[in-house]
Amino acid sequence: MYFSKETKDVSLRLTKKWEDEVQKTIKDNPDQKARFSTVSDLEINRLYTPNDIKDNNFAEDISVPGEYPYLRGNQVTGYRGRYWTFRMFSGMGSAQDTNQRWHLLLKQGQTGLSTAFDYPTLMGYDSDSPKALGEVGKCGVAIDTLEDFLALMDGIPIDKVTTSMTINPPATILWAMYCAAAEIKGVPLNKIGGTIQNDMLKEFIAQKTFMCPPEASVKLISDTIEFGTKYVPRWNTISISGYHIREAGSTAVQELAFTIRDGIEYVDDVVRRKGLNVDDIAPRLSFFFNSHIDFFEEICKMRAARRMWAKIMKERFGAKNPRSWWLRFHTQTAGCSLTAPQPYNNVVRTTIEALAAVLGGTQSLHTNSLDEVLCLPSEHAVEIALRTQQILAEETGVANTIDPLGGSYFIESLTNKMEEEAWEYIHKIDEMGGMIAAIEKGFPQMEIAESAYRFQRQLDAGEKIMVGVNKYATDAKHTIPLVDIDEKVGEEQIKRLKDVHRRRDNRAAAQNLHDIKNACKKGENVMPHCIAAVKNLVTLQEICDVYREVYGEYRDPGLY
Amino acid sequence: METVKKVCQGDIRAASRLIRDIEDKISSAHAKIKKLFAHTGKSYIIGITGAPGAGKSTLTDALIAEVRKKNKTIGVLAVDPTSPFSGGAILGDRIRMQRHAEDEGVFIRSLATRGALGGLSQAVGEAIHVLEAMGKDIILIETVGIGQQEIDIINHAHSVIVVLVPGMGDEVQTMKAGIMEIADVFVINKADRSGAKQLHTELTSMLNCAPAAPDSWRPPIVMVGNVYKPPAFAEKIAELEQKIEEHHAYLQTSGKLVERIYRKAMVEINDALKAAILEPVMNRLRESGEMQAITERVKNREADPHSIAEEIAKRFLK
Amino acid sequence: MPERKIRVMVAKPGLDGHDRGARVLARCFRDAGFEVIYTGCHQTAEQIAAAAIQEDVDLVGLSCLSGAHRALFPRVVELLREKDAADITVIGGGIIPEQDFPALYDAGIKAIFTPGASLDSIVEWIKTNIKPRA
Repeated sequence: MYFSKETKDVSLRLTKKWEDEVQKTIKDNPDQKARFSTVSDLEINRLYTPNDIKDNNFAEDISVPGEYPYLRGNQVTGYRGRYWTFRMFSGMGSAQDTNQRWHLLLKQGQTGLSTAFDYPTLMGYDSDSPKALGEVGKCGVAIDTLEDFLALMDGIPIDKVTTSMTINPPATILWAMYCAAAEIKGVPLNKIGGTIQNDMLKEFIAQKTFMCPPEASVKLISDTIEFGTKYVPRWNTISISGYHIREAGSTAVQELAFTIRDGIEYVDDVVRRKGLNVDDIAPRLSFFFNSHIDFFEEICKMRAARRMWAKIMKERFGAKNPRSWWLRFHTQTAGCSLTAPQPYNNVVRTTIEALAAVLGGTQSLHTNSLDEVLCLPSEHAVEIALRTQQILAEETGVANTIDPLGGSYFIESLTNKMEEEAWEYIHKIDEMGGMIAAIEKGFPQMEIAESAYRFQRQLDAGEKIMVGVNKYATDAKHTIPLVDIDEKVGEEQIKRLKDVHRRRDNRAAAQNLHDIKNACKKGENVMPHCIAAVKNLVTLQEICDVYREVYGEYRDPGLY
Repeated sequence: METVKKVCQGDIRAASRLIRDIEDKISSAHAKIKKLFAHTGKSYIIGITGAPGAGKSTLTDALIAEVRKKNKTIGVLAVDPTSPFSGGAILGDRIRMQRHAEDEGVFIRSLATRGALGGLSQAVGEAIHVLEAMGKDIILIETVGIGQQEIDIINHAHSVIVVLVPGMGDEVQTMKAGIMEIADVFVINKADRSGAKQLHTELTSMLNCAPAAPDSWRPPIVMVGNVYKPPAFAEKIAELEQKIEEHHAYLQTSGKLVERIYRKAMVEINDALKAAILEPVMNRLRESGEMQAITERVKNREADPHSIAEEIAKRFLK
Repeated sequence: MPERKIRVMVAKPGLDGHDRGARVLARCFRDAGFEVIYTGCHQTAEQIAAAAIQEDVDLVGLSCLSGAHRALFPRVVELLREKDAADITVIGGGIIPEQDFPALYDAGIKAIFTPGASLDSIVEWIKTNIKPRA
């Protein structure tokens, strides 16, 4: 339908002729490889023609931006009205250290904040837990109590800047701290905006930052979605993430399929458990994808994701509001594509990946710093990464027109192919009884482990190349200045925590914990109780210990 | 002997190194096992078998916790398959039990099959002796769970738990293949899944059909639900442990325990005879090249295997 | 006939869950003919040392991507020494800046592999440096 019969016939004839030429040529000048495939090992043809996309229906499958199925973007004006949000993920050491870095980034033109927490915080332990040994402040900022959180937000205009928090098992608590901070600063909850990652399914599948079992974890997530829908309407209460699935070694199609299927699981749960209308909650869902080094594959993945989600919301869930059909997403360039040898090459990789994200139509972007494969990013490295985005937006002209690659035979064909393969996965998981059942069987974990191992074997065999690693490697040392987190950060954090325990009203704290426990047992929403608790300086771990006690602890099932 | 003394005192390092020597067939291990033997035979041995993915390791982990609540010590031998291609193995059962790593009353050792069929490793029998000599009250053996011929466990364990899960499709098939006969306790694991009731019914009617003497043991069926529903799960594990104890008591009062120990002794003698008689003979025949020659003759129908065996026996058994 | 096999433990100390490398290595070691015990994520140094001794491994490979290697890697070596198991070789990998290498070597870590190390090079190192016990 998309091409006239004449066009298709001519295309077939010319393609045939071209194929003959190719056969003749490769006799004397053979191809460099027997097989050409993406970084995910998806085979790619030498050429794409109108016949590869002849079955596409323009109105139903492609359409225009702002129209179903949103293949070409959600926003009718594209990036002309507003660029994507330049959102650099940062967090290190103490709350004060991170606060300083934030002020610096805002001064340099960053438009949104994004918080990295340290591992004890991410796993629901206070800085003085034996499990926190050696970890405090290392991979992000250490937060134990509301006082730390207020120090983190010092001088940040909470009513103007949106903040993303990469937090999963203890998401209820960190979000409660944000809400409490807003109240203390006199900003009503319906004026604050931001995102909590709050996506536990991908933790079980890929990143392994987990605390309670899957079903209880999803219950807590549904609590936040319900609370947000009612009281904090500008907040994205979940960021359904493919990023970590990809970093764990999945293919692009697996990232696409598992992420979308996770999204289905969350919508199912909140609609069933909370009895909310799908159109009330859907507009607050957001997504988070990886942008890896295979340029076209990434662009097609993002386009396919938008089209798939629109179909799912409309057809599977019967959502009526067009806003419910939108898939809005943040993107981060691929950490796993960076190399420790020849680290300056990472700037080039990140640039290509960022460009793919922009051409894929991202709403928000983090660009990795060149040193992130070695340590936390230095100020200078972060600045280069941020400038990379600004150059893309303001110099290159790539944001002038919407979905500039749309209509390319290759791009549309690859988008279709990835979507088809992703549907296959989704149907398989549906048959297993949903994502929680699939996770309990170890299905997505095993699929990813398989892909990760295959890629590593291809690298070792030289079938896939990483420059500076398995080709063009040199002995030259490119020393770059590295950020070092002082061990004192941990000691001081523990001192502050001890002091809080001494000062606070312990009776009130115990009552708060009792209330949270009751809410957990009765299946009530924990959010109001968490906000009350953090205000009384109840610590992160104290609340998480209640969750662990009531819901049980999830341990690594160790599937490979 | 230093090692033997240490093992009997419960020394973990000495015990684990001795098990390694047994696995690696180091000749000095034999002498040590001989010395240890007097200190064995006091532990209660439980086998746990069932298809892969049935949740054996998770149940083992929970049983460890249950046994520890009663202040009994426990040794676990978890068997995983050796890759026939590389000879290597990923021994993955321990992951589910790793929370007990620091508990001095728990000793967990992973074993690879190293080519043994029957769901266990050749070293299992003697590894059990090492754990017995360490003074473990309970020894739990987790089989591989690959084939349907996993009945070797009966030669080593006093009580055998067979784990089934609904929806695996091949349950009835498995039962027919002999697993049914070796079960002393059945677990229907993941019993919150659909099909659990049906599986229970099928199993019950099968037990009803089995011919049974009036005072014989009827294997109980324990329905264990989702591990992530902590209180209900713990309750079922306590029930499972209770059923094992009941089976233990039954074996004692009925005199069947003596029978099982007798059978175990026979198997051990059988294994030892093989090691002492057959293996040296085979080695000699291989080394001298005679093995090749007699195989050739049998192949060409110049001699039959029995006559050859008799001739060899005459030469070696004097 | 004795047939000494190399037994290896792949362990993840600390709270980070980035187990891609650890899991890939476990498979690779199996394919190299080793017996591999993987501990799973989120292990304390104490759990790792205790398991290494119970399993009687020749080598412990520690993988950490959270920056806690400076505290946790030496702690594992220390615990093995305390338990009379100093003969178990400990190597490490993950996001480990070169400036940390000397202190880790001093603490008794025998080799460090960072992103980009090929699987073959790691297997090769083990085959060269781990001699099956006599």
